[in-house]
Amino acid sequence: MELKKRELFGVLLMALALSAASPASLAQDFITVASTTSTEQSGLFKHLLPIFQKKSGIEVRVVALGTGQSLDMGKRGDADVVFVHARSLEDKFIAEGYGVKRFPVMYNDFVLIGPKSDPAKIGGGKDTLEALRKIKAASAPFVSRGDKSGTHTAELALWKQAGIDIAREKGPWYRDTGQGMGPALNTASSMNGYILADRGTWISFKNRGELVILVEGDKRLFNQYGVILVNAEKHKHVKKELGQAFIDWVISHEGQKAIADYKIGGEQLFFPNANVKGA
Amino acid sequence: MLPLVLDSVSFRVNGKTIIDRVSIEIGTGPRTIILGSNGAGKSVLMRLCHGLLEPTSGSIVWRGAVNGHQRQAMVFQRPVMLRRSAVANVVYGLKLAGVAPRERELRARDVLEAVGLASVAGRPARVLSGGEQQKLALARAWALGPEVLFLDEPTANLDPGATRDVETIIGQIRAGGTKIVMTTHNLGQAKRLGDEILFLSQGRLVERTPVEQFFTKPASAEADAFIRGELPWN
Amino acid sequence: MNEIWVALGEAGRLIGGLDAKLTEIVFLSLRVSLTAVLVASALGLPLGAAIAVGRFPGRQALIVILNALMGLPPVVVGLFVYLMLSRAGPLGQFGILFTPAAMVVAQTILILPIVAALSRQVVEDAWQEYREQLRSLGAGPWTSAVTLLWDTRFSLVTIVLAGFGRAAAEVGAVIIVGGNIDGVTRVMTTAIALETSKGDLPLALGLGVILLSLVLALNAAAYWVKEAAQRRYG
Repeated sequence: MELKKRELFGVLLMALALSAASPASLAQDFITVASTTSTEQSGLFKHLLPIFQKKSGIEVRVVALGTGQSLDMGKRGDADVVFVHARSLEDKFIAEGYGVKRFPVMYNDFVLIGPKSDPAKIGGGKDTLEALRKIKAASAPFVSRGDKSGTHTAELALWKQAGIDIAREKGPWYRDTGQGMGPALNTASSMNGYILADRGTWISFKNRGELVILVEGDKRLFNQYGVILVNAEKHKHVKKELGQAFIDWVISHEGQKAIADYKIGGEQLFFPNANVKGA
Repeated sequence: MLPLVLDSVSFRVNGKTIIDRVSIEIGTGPRTIILGSNGAGKSVLMRLCHGLLEPTSGSIVWRGAVNGHQRQAMVFQRPVMLRRSAVANVVYGLKLAGVAPRERELRARDVLEAVGLASVAGRPARVLSGGEQQKLALARAWALGPEVLFLDEPTANLDPGATRDVETIIGQIRAGGTKIVMTTHNLGQAKRLGDEILFLSQGRLVERTPVEQFFTKPASAEADAFIRGELPWN
Repeated sequence: MNEIWVALGEAGRLIGGLDAKLTEIVFLSLRVSLTAVLVASALGLPLGAAIAVGRFPGRQALIVILNALMGLPPVVVGLFVYLMLSRAGPLGQFGILFTPAAMVVAQTILILPIVAALSRQVVEDAWQEYREQLRSLGAGPWTSAVTLLWDTRFSLVTIVLAGFGRAAAEVGAVIIVGGNIDGVTRVMTTAIALETSKGDLPLALGLGVILLSLVLALNAAAYWVKEAAQRRYG
């Protein structure tokens, strides 16, 4: 019995050692980038990051959350770089001293999605604001992300521009789900509702059901991305050289080309515009 | 360690008096049997003597000279075995007693041989029969070389064959110099194994009599009633 | 219904093809939960035994709290650990947020109460049976606790396996403290959450089938261990 106990202990120790042993990549340089679920789920990073890693040797770890939480991560110093698409929130982030400088990177667009049956009759229109008014008038089910994300911020701005105070004027037809883009699309699909989504997530979304794009191309639907280095003065451990290297690459000719090269089903998702003033 | 001296020992629980001012000196020599009806307090008295319970009042003192390894052991009505082999159970007790590893194994095997369990030494103790487990419990106690062995109704749950074996083993232990203190319901067993009887009635020590005399001419009315009341084949 | 058949087909394809990404995710899940359960057991089993055998003021309250902590919502544990390990938090200097180490910490906290509370119950039940005998043999409280842990080892294995199952199946804690980073902290449960949110339901269901098979295998192993032990050791 004594020997058996010792053997067992030895096996347990080995198992513990093996399981605790981290992969060799721990020795490698890496940065943490806080980005949004919609960006990650579009598959852009899977395409982009290996190219950057091969060139620089830097591993990029993307934590994909809502824009609000991503910026919060930056404030806490849990990320080195934030890569989001909510201009007003980004400006506030820099104004409050959490970020160094904002660089525009690329844009994609939102699309207004709804069921084929289109009870609010918005299909084929080019005016997003008019479409939203029709949805409200018809009390057609509309799914909102409700999670302080870039998409959610854009949606609220559009309601406002359409002259609707959605917080006060919403009814049971307005479903505030508090979810990411994917789950929100799932919800819209299962209840045949309308929803504002970014084109990237939509293209790679596989559970469409009856949903189709009904309104697109309106300039108001353009969605601008910015990349910001977290301020190392607030958090000393932030990897500012590595982070800056990533930002420099993303806005460089090579990075911008890599972004433009990313396609799903032959369709380009993101349009690089780092060199466009005022973007 | 002996003699064991109890001075006006009482044991009370929840307002009930279970042992009532018992004073007695238990010395080396005679095999002591404690008798009494159910609820008289036999088991509690044993546990007080062994040290498993603390008296509510009065004192229990081992007056004898202590030199190192002297100990006392107890065998219960239901043997409790650890989830390991028979020999390992005996070795466990020896390890607690501070015996060296090599000697532990040897002593354990010797004592198992002596009680007739050598053939099942390696088997898991808990799958042995009731009789075998009780013999194992005796072996475990015996291996410690105790000065006193307490036994609480050791054969109450055993068949006649196992009972006979157990009584034989108790005799062997006694022959080795260990003082025996035992309770039993079996009057025949008391006659066979006892030299003196301690009779308890409602927590009081009513009588202390040599065994022959107890069964023919008990000194107390309670003992008399007890012997008459117990069925002859108990 | 058709969706489920497609999912099973997808699962078979992934497993049979030993898909590299899949195996990486599965091995990471196992590593994280295994480490967590080993640490939780190393801490929780002695803790449970100590509470079972010990007597101290506030013991009853501690038992109630421990039992209640078994129902800790994983997502709450995740939030708490996230706040602790965040750079803005008290333990931020270790920089382990968004690494497997943070996931191990969160899961250890999650299953420690389970291991401690259940082992406390098992050891206490055994203690009722063994207490007198162990004390008679001279075993002090610490020795008794160790002896009881070994004696109840088969029930304890079942508890450890239950803890592992709980850890392997939870998503709320690891997704917050791990960040579901591709290739670094993506485990089976977080991968399922991700694929579901992407609308790739067949793949999510496929991963789900694998996770379910793992949990079922664990439970079968626990049952088999208990049964075999019962038959062999009694």
